[in-house]
Amino acid sequence: MSTTLTSASGAPGAPGAAAPARSYPAYSQPLWRRWLLTREFAVIALLVIVLAWSNLNVPSFDGPLTMYFLFLDITPILLIALPMTLVIITGEIDLSVASVVGLSSVLVGQLHHDAGLSIPVAGLVAILVGAVCGAFNGFLVSYVGLPSLAVTIGTLALYRGIAVGLLGTTAVTDFPEHWTQLAQQRIGGSSYPVVLIPFAVLAIAFVLLLHFSPFGRGVFEIGLNDEAAHFSGVNVELTKFWLFMLSGAVSAFAGIYYTLRYGSARGDNATGMELQVIAAVLLGGVSIFGGRGALHGVIAGVVLIGVISSAMRLEGQTVNVINIVIGALLVLSVISTSLLSWASGLTSRGRGRRPPWRRQPDVTSTTTT
Amino acid sequence: MSTTLLVEPSAMSPARRVAGAVLRSREIAVAAVLVALILLTTLKNPSFLLSADGWRDLLLTPSLLLLLAIGQTVVIVTRNVDLSVGSTLGLTAYLTGKLFVAHPGLPILAVFVIGLLFGAVLGMVNGLLVSLFKVPALVITLGTLYIYRGIFLTWAGSSRINASDLPESFNRLGSQQILTIPVLTIIAAVVLAGVGYYLHTARSGRELYAIGSDPEAAQLYGLPVRRRILAAFVISGAVAGLAGVFYAARYGTVSSGAGYGMELQAVGAAVIGGVAIFGGSGTVWGAAIGAFLLVTINRALPIVGISDFWQQAVVGALIIAAIVLDRVLAARQERRLVAAREEARSHA
Repeated sequence: MSTTLTSASGAPGAPGAAAPARSYPAYSQPLWRRWLLTREFAVIALLVIVLAWSNLNVPSFDGPLTMYFLFLDITPILLIALPMTLVIITGEIDLSVASVVGLSSVLVGQLHHDAGLSIPVAGLVAILVGAVCGAFNGFLVSYVGLPSLAVTIGTLALYRGIAVGLLGTTAVTDFPEHWTQLAQQRIGGSSYPVVLIPFAVLAIAFVLLLHFSPFGRGVFEIGLNDEAAHFSGVNVELTKFWLFMLSGAVSAFAGIYYTLRYGSARGDNATGMELQVIAAVLLGGVSIFGGRGALHGVIAGVVLIGVISSAMRLEGQTVNVINIVIGALLVLSVISTSLLSWASGLTSRGRGRRPPWRRQPDVTSTTTT
Repeated sequence: MSTTLLVEPSAMSPARRVAGAVLRSREIAVAAVLVALILLTTLKNPSFLLSADGWRDLLLTPSLLLLLAIGQTVVIVTRNVDLSVGSTLGLTAYLTGKLFVAHPGLPILAVFVIGLLFGAVLGMVNGLLVSLFKVPALVITLGTLYIYRGIFLTWAGSSRINASDLPESFNRLGSQQILTIPVLTIIAAVVLAGVGYYLHTARSGRELYAIGSDPEAAQLYGLPVRRRILAAFVISGAVAGLAGVFYAARYGTVSSGAGYGMELQAVGAAVIGGVAIFGGSGTVWGAAIGAFLLVTINRALPIVGISDFWQQAVVGALIIAAIVLDRVLAARQERRLVAAREEARSHA
């Protein structure tokens, strides 16, 4: 029962608990175990296994076109997953990203086609509008104090509605050829598309921001306990505001890429992509409750979904079967966290403090009595 | 020190208190918007309400979303969410069609029951996963959204159910009316009344609210949290299954797009109707009126001269307005309670 006592005080540093010397479970194991026995590493290992298996067993998977088209297809998700990870780690969610993709696609198309702006200028305007869309979400969530799930369901409809309203059912397709080709160009003679370069730059920036900056520590603290974060000097409101704005801006950038890649600007571009992004982020080991997650896991999660889909497509499966597999994987990945923590609770009962993010604090106390 | 109540019993007369409650009621406010919308649209084009077809469509079209919003409310009240309802609807609609193809003589009532039960099973899968493994409903139902839709589309392939596959009596049911009120709307209203009565009065219904307002407190208090959450998901699935049968009856065709994206509409309807997304408050009546409002806006916009491309934008703005309004009202209520406490202290 002593375990339930310690785990019942969810907030750290509960006063008056004549606690035995505090132990820091995160540092009670050697470095290699802390690095290897993580959700992120499990996803990466799964990715490597699936890659190896596909290379050996799926005909023409090791061809030069597979990786090329795989990355062409998943780049929008890769891009949006970066800010989405940060947003989910703070315990919020942004469902409006795919609608911002659609809106920015329409804006690029209209500004280029009707207003005669060049692609870079039109793209810049689209990114600015995306940032404003994100800032609107952020304002409602952090300064008005509304739940982000409800806010972004509203703006999901709002931004998509503006996109469809602006362009109707028509599509803009006359983009300058060198821009549409740039979106599909390869890096040198390799099988990787050139769009991975801006992604790599953004990914490095986001890794630095999340894992190596005070701002990033604040992001984790907000997810674990936003009141405690506030008292330890994190500007909770401003942090969330910036994250939503980033999410809008990056989504708009993904929208520009999406438009050029398919050479068509439509109001209904990327419909439903928000759920794909969130599925990939959660598969990558980010906790939907906030406070836990890492970008290498998320990137592996996105690529894992991409590899599974392209391997299954080469095997002749339809997109529907692929969706079943992805859905099952998502369910299994969250259940496995629960099962694993239950199992590790069994083995290390004596000193076993479970990590605070795993459970509501009181769950064990009632089930064990 | 005597025990002072935080808020004194109202000194107003009962009549004024009821009047005040009615004026502040969210359901009434949304209903007023709905009535105003219908009136304005009817002024613009009298056939929207007054023609036989207009009247029927006004009542019939919202019945699908109405059902989904009812189920969604039951789940949201427990601080969960069910994103798989759209896929459940599609899968059940297809099952309905397939049943009639395989057994043309099947009684219609049996099909309704099978659809309901099938939806309940799909909901139970969600509920078991969420309650047994204590994992967030958002993630689980996002997963089953993909799984159910994938099963639906794999099963359907490129084929689809056409009106000619369904028995004539079933197709007719989709537009049949009793005293000018469509049958499907009557069934939806009966479901609404049943679930509403259950949530409002039944002990287990009230426990759903308790779980939603504070899951940990509910557990410590000894409520069967697991069982209640499971039941909420079963209800949501069963109602979505019923909506699937409705879909087949209403439209006669079931193609791959059936129910696509309706989960977010259902959540939106509940939110507009005053159901708090973090559980613990809201009624199915509000959600039902919210569903009516959403669908009616979609149908009214083209008539008042706004291109129907802007429908979604209006719906989104409405959802935002609804939650901002909620927040403003809650802040005002909080201020009032704080003021009452300060006053009580200064008297003590």
